[in-house]
Amino acid sequence: MKHVISPLDLSINELAEVLDLANEIYENPQKYSECCHGKKLATLFYEPSTRTRLSFEAAMLNLGGNVLGFSSADSSSAAKGESVADTIRVVSSYADICAMRHPKEGAPYVASTYSSIPVINAGDGGHNHPTQTLTDLFTIKKLKGRLDNLTIGFCGDLKFGRTVHSLINAMVRYPNVKFVLISPEELQIPNYLRTEVLDAKNIEYKEVKNLDAVMPELDLLYMTRVQRERFFNEEDYIRLKDSFILDLQKLENAKPDMLILHPLPRVNEIATEVDDDPRAVYFEQAKFGVYVRMALIMKLLNITV
Amino acid sequence: MLNIGGLNQGVVIDHIVAGGAMKIYEYLQLEKLDCSVAIIKNAKSNKMGKKDIIKIEGPNVLDLDMIGVLDPSLTINIIEDGKIIEKRHLRLPETVTGIIRCKNPRCITSIEQGLAHKFRLTDANKGVYRCIYCEQAFKRP
Repeated sequence: MKHVISPLDLSINELAEVLDLANEIYENPQKYSECCHGKKLATLFYEPSTRTRLSFEAAMLNLGGNVLGFSSADSSSAAKGESVADTIRVVSSYADICAMRHPKEGAPYVASTYSSIPVINAGDGGHNHPTQTLTDLFTIKKLKGRLDNLTIGFCGDLKFGRTVHSLINAMVRYPNVKFVLISPEELQIPNYLRTEVLDAKNIEYKEVKNLDAVMPELDLLYMTRVQRERFFNEEDYIRLKDSFILDLQKLENAKPDMLILHPLPRVNEIATEVDDDPRAVYFEQAKFGVYVRMALIMKLLNITV
Repeated sequence: MLNIGGLNQGVVIDHIVAGGAMKIYEYLQLEKLDCSVAIIKNAKSNKMGKKDIIKIEGPNVLDLDMIGVLDPSLTINIIEDGKIIEKRHLRLPETVTGIIRCKNPRCITSIEQGLAHKFRLTDANKGVYRCIYCEQAFKRP
């Protein structure tokens, strides 16, 4: 049985299979609408995340399955002090597959070591969020037609932004991918990513503090939010939260087919005036997330149509 | 200069990063030994500037394999009849359990007390260990 705890738990081939299946479901949703009939997805959300939870639940319902679960630690047995290991052993006998969101890093991994059903990490603190990465990859593949030969700009909070770390880790596996890392000095990528991933694999990248100058080079611009919950210090958060804001003026120099991605929710880092630009694909990206999760659920449950 | 006599029989743990001797003392539980134990802090070292050394008298009964996790730079000499009979090079174990602790406040081990603190060697050249749960690198003191 396979769990998906990190985006790298799927090989390039397995990833390609999931993305192909997601595309197939996207093209023919009716064909898959009953394929998980009688199956149950448990959504174990120890911290609120409306978007991810609803996306998982929509995915299972679209496949004809059922969902059960909780949406905050307060409404679960964690409030009584139950360990993740005990919770998952019990849930394993109620459901066929589970998606876990937890504020503590490594909690879904702990669950996977005790679980008798597949565990999907739906986000663990600032660590991993593999279905977001799959969604990003699907969006790029679907709208760009490829995952190689791309110059990708990441902008905003590159220090705490787990979606950024995960997507970089996933994209370095494809040939001729270059990165442009745009952030204030305080929010640059963590050093291990520089030394153990980018430098170790001889990946071309540059770190800049200005979005305007590099805009014409980019095939993709991945915007991120500066998240309050990742800071221990409120002052730092307030000082850095408005570091980079994308507006139509900044987009004037961008390629006509550049894509703007964002894991959402957005606060103010993309001006709403950008939403109507055809290059803004972040709401489409959120929609694609449901198809990717449908494909992943089917793969982990070994369901074929 | 402080002088501590040579050993006739025993173990010398040398080239410990200055300030790190007590951690090794505690891990090896040297306080439980009856024999003479010398801890030399901040000794002069051509290679390191300053270093710590631990000298333990008597036959070697210690399990020394894991102390490289605490300090990959240290060396171990086994002494018999006043001479070094073995220079032991420590190989870093692939995984270690219960020796070092994850200090990431966001790690699941910070709230679930029953979980064993486990680390995996991710860079053998630099001696980097990462927590198997949150993947944060272990920072040596």
